[in-house]
Amino acid sequence: MSWLGRSATETQIPHRSRLWLYLITGLVLAFLVLPTLVVIPMSFSASQYLEFPPREWSFRWYESYFQSDKWMQATATSLKAASLTALLATPLGTMAAYGLFQSRLRFTSLAMPLLLTPIITPVVLVGIGVFYAYVRLKLVNTLVGIVLAHSMLALPLVVLVVTSALKSYDMNQETAARSLGASRLRAFLLVTLPQIRFAIMTAAVLSFLTSFDEVVIALFVSGGDNSTLTRNMFNALRDQIDPTIAAISTVMILVSSLLLALSQILGRERR
Amino acid sequence: MVRAASLPIYAHQIAKSYGRVRALDQVDLAVRSGEFLTLLGPSGSGKTTLLMVLAGFIRPDSGSLRFGETEMIRVAPHKRDVGMVFQNYALFPHMNVASNVGFPLRLRRVSKADIAARVEQALETVQLAGYGARGIEQLSGGQRQRVALARAIVFEPRILLMDEPLSALDKQLREHMQIELRRLHDKLGMTTVYVTHDQREALTMSDRVAVISQGRVLQLDAPRRLYEHPANRFVAEFIGESAFLPVERTGDSFFHDGHRLKIRDCPVVDGNCLLMLRPERLQLLGATAPDHLNILRGTVEQVVYQGDSFQLQARLADGSAVALRGVSTQDAMATLPRPGAPVMFGLAPEDTVLLADERRK
Amino acid sequence: MSALNADELRRDAFRERLALFGLTLPALVLVTITMILPIAWLFSLSLLADDGSISLENYRRLVEQPSYGRIFATTFEISAAATAICVLLGYPLAYLLSQLSPRVANLLMIGVLLPFWTSILVRTYAWLVLLQRHGLVNTWGIELGLWDEPLPLVYNPGGTLLGMVHIMLPFLILPLYGSMRAIDRNYLKAAANLGAGPIRAFWQVFFPLSLPGLLAGSTIVFILCLGFYITPAMLGGGKVIMVANRVANDVELFFNWGAASALGVVLLVATMIVLAVASRLTPLGRIFGGHGP
Repeated sequence: MSWLGRSATETQIPHRSRLWLYLITGLVLAFLVLPTLVVIPMSFSASQYLEFPPREWSFRWYESYFQSDKWMQATATSLKAASLTALLATPLGTMAAYGLFQSRLRFTSLAMPLLLTPIITPVVLVGIGVFYAYVRLKLVNTLVGIVLAHSMLALPLVVLVVTSALKSYDMNQETAARSLGASRLRAFLLVTLPQIRFAIMTAAVLSFLTSFDEVVIALFVSGGDNSTLTRNMFNALRDQIDPTIAAISTVMILVSSLLLALSQILGRERR
Repeated sequence: MVRAASLPIYAHQIAKSYGRVRALDQVDLAVRSGEFLTLLGPSGSGKTTLLMVLAGFIRPDSGSLRFGETEMIRVAPHKRDVGMVFQNYALFPHMNVASNVGFPLRLRRVSKADIAARVEQALETVQLAGYGARGIEQLSGGQRQRVALARAIVFEPRILLMDEPLSALDKQLREHMQIELRRLHDKLGMTTVYVTHDQREALTMSDRVAVISQGRVLQLDAPRRLYEHPANRFVAEFIGESAFLPVERTGDSFFHDGHRLKIRDCPVVDGNCLLMLRPERLQLLGATAPDHLNILRGTVEQVVYQGDSFQLQARLADGSAVALRGVSTQDAMATLPRPGAPVMFGLAPEDTVLLADERRK
Repeated sequence: MSALNADELRRDAFRERLALFGLTLPALVLVTITMILPIAWLFSLSLLADDGSISLENYRRLVEQPSYGRIFATTFEISAAATAICVLLGYPLAYLLSQLSPRVANLLMIGVLLPFWTSILVRTYAWLVLLQRHGLVNTWGIELGLWDEPLPLVYNPGGTLLGMVHIMLPFLILPLYGSMRAIDRNYLKAAANLGAGPIRAFWQVFFPLSLPGLLAGSTIVFILCLGFYITPAMLGGGKVIMVANRVANDVELFFNWGAASALGVVLLVATMIVLAVASRLTPLGRIFGGHGP
């Protein structure tokens, strides 16, 4: 094992004296990744009870998911809400990020924290507040209500991602485009937008996930025909450990992994 | 060949403040049609601010700006029809060379065939014919510079603005591009306003130079006039090297250290003056002092060899430090006095330039 | 007489600012109607007594009833513990990753990003599968003869803490890793050159430089923990009641909006105070800077 003696850093610390660091890192990564993956084999188990590894394999829990009207409706609601959230939060957040980035005004220092407050405000508070407001606005149990609240949650992520892209973008290019005869809008559309499009796509993906994974607000303001998937899962979990949840969870892990892979590929292309 | 008409620029009482800082302090500037005018000043002097006002990217607090007869001060930048070259070129990395250069033409809805022809023409003008399909990343610094220039002139603007366009290039390429830019200007004939902090660049390229400091134009003159007769000490120090000696005034006579100075032009200023000494205008004298020269006596402190030239630093009897620059021929180097030796300088009357001494007014 | 064109130029400048402000407006409106106003509404509710008169009764109850005090204590204890464990686990990982080549580090980073992108609900459910009475860990433990009776691994503070650390760890690692990457390696070389051994170089050079990122990461973790709802609700088994759970219970079970609102307002104020203190020590931008991929 000669590599143990080789130096791991520029200051000539050998790998040997860093083994403990590798061990901790490996354990922490395992702690982060492995527990979640346990639901995947569970979802293919034939048994009602938890067995690992399952003694018999089957697709019954996937059948019970895909053949249930209730679950399918909830999935449809979640997908609709997530897509609409991405479609609403991404342009709104991009516009706001651009406006704040370009204006250098006194109000910027107020508007930015205001737009970021959804990150730090306890979600449960937003949940009951929004519920209280929606009762009066007749938005409880509506798709519109879910989309508005989820867009508000996703907005700060879009603003942060787009702002950081604008920071690493050379705004002189937009100035140059304007000197060459483009209005502000066309300069943005023709020159800036194509260059920050990966950040905007990432922001859209994040918005989608924010909505798709959101539980607390959905618990308060979604229901009936417009129950979200997460709301139904949460309620099902309170009652018993239904292995159908494992099947749904596996599907959700798959969706997250695909979106993550997509964002990584987008990120690589950017470089 | 791109060939454009040109327009004069009249900026009148342009003022711009950032908080309590006056970036532009009631600036007046007239640029003649077809002229190559340079805004020269240290960083923070307001020269770039003034250029951005001309381009429309900085909105002044007040003032008037005319291109020819047309008032432009409230016109949006994209409607000013001004070509501009940026310090970092600001080429669009997501477009190839031809798309970059064709960009202003596409905005003006020029037909596709015409765009192709005019882009190629512009690239030819900057000696990059055939580079259209290249990506921006594939170009060297100097080539990017040329593309930026082609893009700024392809739509035949009557005014061309350049913001330190050569500052990112290394010294040799910069000097080469200075001459090429000037040649291009002479060929195209558009009114050009050029910003730089490099005084040599300004003197090399310009018809006239405006020296700017603290938001004000201190002097606007042809390079030679600027160098020979700076309006004040700041301009003299900023352009070229110089030492200053105090001069006492009695009527129309001027004295340094008790000796009357022989001068050609009487300065128009009142009160006490400063004598400006350019190192290359001082003459190193032998034992005899010719009558037609002003004579300065001192002691050699140091001799610095600088390759093509040498610099001899000396201290005069009244304590002032002066420097002399000479061509470093073998003869000259062999006969230079040693540190500690007495030395005598001569200064011709036409090189004896007196400036107002603001501090002793 | 005013300066040349001054009025017109001032008007143009104002119009341009207005246009840029207009771009921000829709986002501000959305946040205002879905968050600012509802929370303001809650705040006004918290000032109404049961009979509808304006009073501080709801707040007095928070102070007087010991159960509320316990809830706040629990919330702060669990949040502090979760933050501390996240730091202990996350710092070595971020440190090692920041020293690896970006290619390897990015690959390993997927291990941090994947949970970050996976639904909290799914991840908490996975812990239930593992830890419950007839869960996998107990089954294995008994099969291997490590213990005889199923251990109470979940539906208690310990299980809740474990779940919260699992959810929160990426929130600590991402900003911390970002700030560690930004540390100039030449500092470490300089320290070594000046005679500092690896341990001294770490504690006297690297660690202080990584503090702003560590502080940013811990602040966001602590704040998110304070308001955490799902994991305590699912893994606490009704025995771990944090402020957020009590707020929800007050509304869902007792329809006591006044109490819920007062509790929520206090939680929000506590969050703001933590944030304000942290922003004194590190620029706020850092706290949010490490967000997202």
